[in-house]
Amino acid sequence: MQFFFEVLIGGLLSGVLYALVALGFVLIYKASGVFNFAQGAMVFFAALTFVGFQEVLPGWLGVEPGGAAVFWLALILACLAMVVLSIATERIVLRPLVNQPQITLFMATIGLAFFIEGLAQGIWGANVRGLELGIQDEPIAWMAERTGIFISSFDVFAAVVAGVLVAVLAVFFNRTRVGRALRAVADDHQAALSIGIPLQVIWRIVWAVAGFVALVAGLIWGARNGVQFALTFTALKALPVLILGGFESVPGAIVGGLIIGASEKLAEVYLGPMVGGGIDSWFPYFMALLFLLVRPEGLFGERHIDRV
Amino acid sequence: MSATATAATASAASPAYLALNNIEVIYDHVILVLKGVSLQVPKGHIVALLGANGAGKTTTLKTISNLLRAERGEVTKGSVEFEGRRIDQLTPNELVRRGVIQVMEGRHCFAHLTVEENLLTGAYTRTGSRAEIRDSLEKVYEFFPRLKQRRTSQAGYTSGGEQQMTAIGRALMARPSMILLDEPSMGLAPQIVEEIFEIVRNLNQREGVSILLAEQNTMVALRYADFGYILENGRVVMEGEARELASNEDVKEFYLGLAKEGRKSFRDVKHYRRRKRWLA
Ligand SMILES: Nc1ncnc2c1ncn2[C@@H]1O[C@H](COP(=O)(O)OP(=O)(O)OP(=O)(O)O)[C@@H](O)[C@H]1O
Ligand SMILES: [Mg+2]
Repeated sequence: MQFFFEVLIGGLLSGVLYALVALGFVLIYKASGVFNFAQGAMVFFAALTFVGFQEVLPGWLGVEPGGAAVFWLALILACLAMVVLSIATERIVLRPLVNQPQITLFMATIGLAFFIEGLAQGIWGANVRGLELGIQDEPIAWMAERTGIFISSFDVFAAVVAGVLVAVLAVFFNRTRVGRALRAVADDHQAALSIGIPLQVIWRIVWAVAGFVALVAGLIWGARNGVQFALTFTALKALPVLILGGFESVPGAIVGGLIIGASEKLAEVYLGPMVGGGIDSWFPYFMALLFLLVRPEGLFGERHIDRV
Repeated sequence: MSATATAATASAASPAYLALNNIEVIYDHVILVLKGVSLQVPKGHIVALLGANGAGKTTTLKTISNLLRAERGEVTKGSVEFEGRRIDQLTPNELVRRGVIQVMEGRHCFAHLTVEENLLTGAYTRTGSRAEIRDSLEKVYEFFPRLKQRRTSQAGYTSGGEQQMTAIGRALMARPSMILLDEPSMGLAPQIVEEIFEIVRNLNQREGVSILLAEQNTMVALRYADFGYILENGRVVMEGEARELASNEDVKEFYLGLAKEGRKSFRDVKHYRRRKRWLA
């Protein structure tokens, strides 16, 4: 039983990461109806940019590598880079395509994904790098002693960061003028325009927020698995999360992420031996497929309110 | 025509606040919808813009609020002036800041936002303090007490009348001096229509908001308006004091569905019947 809980909690905590990537998709989809295939590439770009700055900054500033100053400066610069990248994407790629069919926009974001991946590697090089956040990936001692369950302190850290991020976003969306305007645009962009909400400003903000979320996801994932191209594929795990949770729902992204994370680990441990292992690479998609047949709008997919 | 004569004197007495001069609008580069529309709204008045389905009422309002561009419509001729200055190149955001706002046909509330959140989005363009915005909110609730009761409901689940009130209240939150109100009576029971029109009149009298009101519901609109224009096929075919228009034989005949043979299509006749019910 202890083992079961260990697997379950480990799965839930790694699901938090899927949820973070899915959150980036949801934000953009909700506000502009664009399915941003490039979200995974943005995560990769963010992690690589942070690591890249950590490498070059000590040389530029003439300080020792690994210091706190370098860490925070790299973080700020990576954050700025993400905001610039996101806003440029909105301005250069998506705005000219406004009013085009969905599929055109989708194709544009696929192209964008390859471009961003290439750009990141062009600037920083293609070799695999480690990312150090200064958090240990070791079992929490007192937890192991008291309950016999081994849980990584890094996973707990990741969950706390994700939790804080979601809470901040929730406050932003529900309590601020811009956040409300964002939800208004998501509901009815014509009406939003009619009361003087400038759509382009709102879209820019959404992309910037999605860029920031990608940075947080990239840092945590990079620290866990190293910064490498495979990050973009792992980010595609967000797809089953979205199918499960619904494309328009922030709570859906979170719950979906947790379900996918937990079920993937449990399946690997309990079903894996029967089919020869490697189950976690396809099991989430299989679940999503089953789910699609039963409830196509997702767990939390926003029901269309028909009275409007 | 005597109606036109009064129109001239009316606009001479109170200078035009909002003026459209000879507006021509084309959709999708080929569909000519407005064919030289001119009209005026004097400050502090309610002006009705009347006409059947497809006459061009909504297009006229969207020309003023500059929401046409989002629908592939283009103003190819004419000008729009507000307070003596041209406004045809302003974005909707700039227009709302200047005090001109449209309440769209079909209400268009933000379905997943609560009624109060809907109202608050209307204050987006305002820079005032939180306290000022709360004051405006209370004022809107004074005009629409029903909204106060429903403030925490998701707008998508409120009644049609409440949604119309929410849409008007939302526009009020921007503190407009000129409201372009598109078919507030659409799909609502006669009693609710009266309630909404009473509130609109109150707004006009107490707050001095000028109103350009597009309506198919001619007789009700003329009871509340000071002045009216009748659009047909993208042209103004008649204009005058509301009271005179309401008693004009042509208008009565036209809007009671007793028009001469061959003048209207079947579709039109059908919708006159609908209106006749409301008039009863
Ligand atoms: N986006 C558009 N593209 C092409 N044609 C349009 C568009 N919008 C309106 N039209 C056409 O322009 C004409 C006028 O439409 P408009 O909506 O202004 O009429 P209306 O008087 O508001 O009618 P209703 O009473 O039905 O609301 C109609 O023939 C309509 O088909
Ligand atoms: Mg209309």
